[in-house]
Amino acid sequence: MKKEEDFYKLEKDILLLKKQIDDLDVSEEPGKKEKIAGLRAQIEKEWAGVVPHLTATQIVQIARHPQRPYTLDYLTNLVEDFTELHGDRRFADDPAIVAGLGFYKGKTAAFIGHQKGRSTRERIERNFGQPNPEGYRKALRVMKLAEKFGFPVITLIDTPGAYPGIGAEERGQAEAIANNLKEIATLRVPVVNVIIGEGGSGGALAIGVGDVVMMLEYAFYSVISPEGCAAILWKDQSAVAKAAENLKIRAKDLLELGIIDKIIPEPPGGAHIDYGQTFKSVDKHISQALKKLEQKPVDDLLKERYQKFRKMGVFSEK
Amino acid sequence: MTNLWTRCNNCQKILYKQDILDNQHVCPACNFHFRLSALERLGMLFDEGKYTRLDEGIFPVDVLRFEDSQKYSQRLQENQKKTELTEAVVNARGKIGGIEAIVSAMEFAFLGGSMGSVVGEKVTRAIERACVERLPVLIISCSGGARMQEGALSLMQLMKTSAALARLGQERLPFISILTDPTTGGVTASYAMLGDLNIAEPNALIGFAGPRVIEQTIKEKLPKGFQQSEFLLKHGMLDDVVGRKNLRAYIIKALRLLLNRY
Repeated sequence: MKKEEDFYKLEKDILLLKKQIDDLDVSEEPGKKEKIAGLRAQIEKEWAGVVPHLTATQIVQIARHPQRPYTLDYLTNLVEDFTELHGDRRFADDPAIVAGLGFYKGKTAAFIGHQKGRSTRERIERNFGQPNPEGYRKALRVMKLAEKFGFPVITLIDTPGAYPGIGAEERGQAEAIANNLKEIATLRVPVVNVIIGEGGSGGALAIGVGDVVMMLEYAFYSVISPEGCAAILWKDQSAVAKAAENLKIRAKDLLELGIIDKIIPEPPGGAHIDYGQTFKSVDKHISQALKKLEQKPVDDLLKERYQKFRKMGVFSEK
Repeated sequence: MTNLWTRCNNCQKILYKQDILDNQHVCPACNFHFRLSALERLGMLFDEGKYTRLDEGIFPVDVLRFEDSQKYSQRLQENQKKTELTEAVVNARGKIGGIEAIVSAMEFAFLGGSMGSVVGEKVTRAIERACVERLPVLIISCSGGARMQEGALSLMQLMKTSAALARLGQERLPFISILTDPTTGGVTASYAMLGDLNIAEPNALIGFAGPRVIEQTIKEKLPKGFQQSEFLLKHGMLDDVVGRKNLRAYIIKALRLLLNRY
């Protein structure tokens, strides 16, 4: 595989193999189990050859893949009786953030996530997953609801960033984000965060902090979009790839820097290639994290949450 | 002799430099507030301009080995030399109107006052120190936002500082946020907007997204006065807009009110 090759070209072979598997799966062909296993092994092998050479730009393409599972895909598959709760009780309901309650492993939990649209119409309606202040205020309202009744909070992060618009500034985009950070710091229930796609700066952080921060293998998380960084520091849109590499936006970089706690593996080719496998992987990690957190006394939980972020940063001291 | 005179960037009037200095770096003709350095800020705020600098031994590191047109490590050196500061914030303690307080003042001349690991750490230490010593905190913001060259580590400083402020709040100690031109991005989206009082200087640019980014996104011209202090006051984001001449007196009054010291 050539380094500069577009990810969408890379994934073609995998998609072809995956289609063969899916066709076999519904067929009556004798020995199909073995054949599927063989094809799966072939996919794994192909992908294993690609992974070490994936560029940061290709990771960004996977994270933004139009077929990538979004928050509502996870909620539909992992949560029973998910009940969406709308509005911030202040100004409006922001469709770029979905929030609500549902049963997870037989217990009520609160779920909050960015939601991008799948169709053009839905994308526009959901503002491409870029929240306005009311989205963050809705998220906090539902977190406070969870705190009141002792439900854990699970957040799914997937946004290009908080929306840069006139109304967003008028209604206090910065204040909404800042206030969420401050409030989550002392929220007296477990909070688990999973970056499922794009972790776009402050817009991601505002619902992206808690006790355990996990990240899908090919998601990315950054202080600024590679495009924004290229425009400001390089003043050149052709420098996007360089910016992406320099920013260290991959899950493995962030794990090394102590910013995330765990990487959730994705199926070969990325989450969109195999929804079932992705949901299983995410489900396992969330439930394991919750189990551990729910055993902790709340005061210990809050102390550890404070220390977790307190330690973040690299500097020298003399 | 040319450097005795200067032009106001706002009203374009030619002014005698000393007149501006005597007027706390405010244009005598149009009341435009010129940008101040962190040390000038501290000098103006504390009683008799006296204060002790704190947390001076913390230095930035180029952990990502970031390189655009220049290496980040080089940029750091240049900015340290230029500003004679170690980083984009100065921590201090001293008396304001006789009231002991901890102050963090940001330095825009140091990489646009951007917040990386050191700024986040120093601001957090200022807040934690205030918790321990039971003192009020003031942060004078002047920043373009999170520092890109430290990647997501910079982003995490938003949470670190905000969590420290949550503790300060639990201790029932006051925090006054002073927003000056410019305060944008990650600094606005963390401590700058979390004051018990949020006070801004006149005509300061304050916002989450920068005006150019917004213009490019919505593909419209921005309304006049958009993201200026007065605009934020009107939209309920600030307690007040206070001119530099009255700022110290205002802060003293605010501290006395918050601390119930008649």
